[in-house]
Amino acid sequence: MKKERLKKQHSIIPGRGMTLGITITMLSLFILIPLVSAMLYSFRMSWKDFTELITRPNVTQAFATSIWCSLIAAVINCIFGTILAWVLVRYEFPGKRLMDAMIELPFALPTAVAGITLTKMYSDNGFLGRALERVGIRVSYTRLGIIIAMVFIGIPFVVRAVQPILEKLPAAHEEAALMLGASRFTTFRKVIFPEIMPALLSGFGLALARGIGEYGSVIYISGNSEKNGTQVVSYIIMSKLNSGNVDYEGAAAIALVLLILSFLMLFLINMIQHFAARRTNA
Amino acid sequence: MYVEMRKICKKFGDYEAAKSIDFGIEKGKMAALLGPSGSGKTTILRILAGLEKQDSGDVIIEGRVVNDIPASKRGIGFVFQNYALFRYMTVYDNIAFGLKVQKADKHQMKERVNEMISLIGLEGLEKRYPDQLSGGQRQRVAFARAIVPNPQLLLLDEPFAAIDAKVRKELRAWLKEMIEKVGITSIFVTHDQDEAVELADDIIIINEGNLEQMGSPVSIYKHPETPFVAHFIGTSNTLDNLSGFKGFEGIEAGKKVIIRPEFVEVFKNDNQRFKNLMDATEEGIIKKIAFRGSYLELTMLVNGVLLTTTRSLERRSVSVGEKMRVLLHRVYLFDDTNAEMRAEIYKNELLKGVDIEML
Ligand SMILES: Nc1ncnc2c1ncn2[C@@H]1O[C@H](COP(=O)(O)OP(=O)(O)OP(=O)(O)O)[C@@H](O)[C@H]1O
Ligand SMILES: [Mg+2]
Repeated sequence: MKKERLKKQHSIIPGRGMTLGITITMLSLFILIPLVSAMLYSFRMSWKDFTELITRPNVTQAFATSIWCSLIAAVINCIFGTILAWVLVRYEFPGKRLMDAMIELPFALPTAVAGITLTKMYSDNGFLGRALERVGIRVSYTRLGIIIAMVFIGIPFVVRAVQPILEKLPAAHEEAALMLGASRFTTFRKVIFPEIMPALLSGFGLALARGIGEYGSVIYISGNSEKNGTQVVSYIIMSKLNSGNVDYEGAAAIALVLLILSFLMLFLINMIQHFAARRTNA
Repeated sequence: MYVEMRKICKKFGDYEAAKSIDFGIEKGKMAALLGPSGSGKTTILRILAGLEKQDSGDVIIEGRVVNDIPASKRGIGFVFQNYALFRYMTVYDNIAFGLKVQKADKHQMKERVNEMISLIGLEGLEKRYPDQLSGGQRQRVAFARAIVPNPQLLLLDEPFAAIDAKVRKELRAWLKEMIEKVGITSIFVTHDQDEAVELADDIIIINEGNLEQMGSPVSIYKHPETPFVAHFIGTSNTLDNLSGFKGFEGIEAGKKVIIRPEFVEVFKNDNQRFKNLMDATEEGIIKKIAFRGSYLELTMLVNGVLLTTTRSLERRSVSVGEKMRVLLHRVYLFDDTNAEMRAEIYKNELLKGVDIEML
């Protein structure tokens, strides 16, 4: 650790000043300035108005919906994303290349298209929706629908984070565990999982971040009903901007809170990753 | 026989990596699989371990055919070429892994692991992670991890390949001692002759998926059965024929000749020890003298061919260009066109059975 810090101080890699300069400029132009302006907008409100707005039942409920749904979706994505990456790396089957290429489709598709398609598929007369309805599960216009939309848009993050790690993982590690009498499951849990854990955390963080802020694919399937608790934060923000009297300050205030919450969660994930990495000096 | 391979064949696609491999190793012995790169050594070891499935043939351990027993149930210890230590586990947890998966009693496990750690001399490093160890230390951990569950057979794939030459010698001696202490039957892969000769009770020579010869280091050196072995073991020159050499007129045409430095004696005209054999010698000129530390290596021009031999530093000094008597007392013969033909020893006829080593 100490060594690393020393290295940073006396870096002999050329171009440090220039690249750092460019990085900071770009960061400022594209990320910091817009964020700060969002903050400034919300600061036009008085503290009292601000707290009043943030603690409105429909707003707190929207926060709860967004955060819970994206958390659950990110967890689901971690499980299925790992399995998907595993299948893509470990097995040969016809159509594998095609499947691999399909992983990024959720990124390429306009989110509204995804949203509408999902809604149709899961609605009462969509083929999946009808089948699920028969076993008593409703998807469209419920939180379950929101989670499904978030899983759909978040899965590439996990797959693409885990896949390269699995590809690089030397077979000898698994074979060593096998030779010591470990079952396949134990081998996965004790040997492979720790290797993919950092990547999985990144994938989790990205999927979560994407889910929290998602708009297009979610609003169609969610139904945006306050009564059912299916309004997400981005919907509340948009409605503040769309309605007759545009409420910039209100939208910015909610956005600010969302920003802080997201930042805290991502920061937490980063810290976990950092400590996990330090444990092995890796 | 404790471990046996019977007619093991393995193909990767069209490539035959093992062609009917047959051998057996007695309990408690250490065997070396020796051969050039790509000859199939690792493949054979992996088939033994169950990490690779043979196309045909049987693997037998303690009289039991284990073909259908998966690797995890064969009870074999395996040391991988790059050790394959678990990066996210400490030295202690790495070594304990084999016991943990057996759900061994906590107390006994601790005792056994600590016993292993002191056996390999890494006390105090239990809490380190593999990246915090030197290559030699890693190898020790890999060894301990492999033998902790008390396997009856230990397989090692190029156990010293990843270690620099200086530490390698040290580790070789260490490993030999450890294996003797534990008393475990073991097979290791190497492409280093010295390593095989130094460590193994039996050497199994593999070439292009064929088992060329198996035997003790001495017998392999003294009685190579195939041209490949004659070539591969020790240093040697190969000649197309020996025309012009006295005492070798009886060699059939078309046979090739392998000459080792030990087959060539070089001495001065007035040498007393060989004075009765002067008729059998040729004249040679010293072309090159190389100092090899404890001896000299002479390159001689004899009858238009170059032969190498060694000369003790205790003998009279020689110089480049000096004329010497050269006695070629034996050669290996082999038939280049027939791979099945065994290499044979051909002795200089003019010696009439006199044994050079007895002089
Ligand atoms: N999984 C595989 N698929 C295809 N070919 C393989 C595979 N494993 C080994 N081979 C081939 O089989 C041959 C023998 O390989 P093997 O690894 O047993 O050689 P080796 O004697 O251990 O060589 P080295 O000393 O270089 O490790 C090689 O030609 C190799 O290319
Ligand atoms: Mg090999």
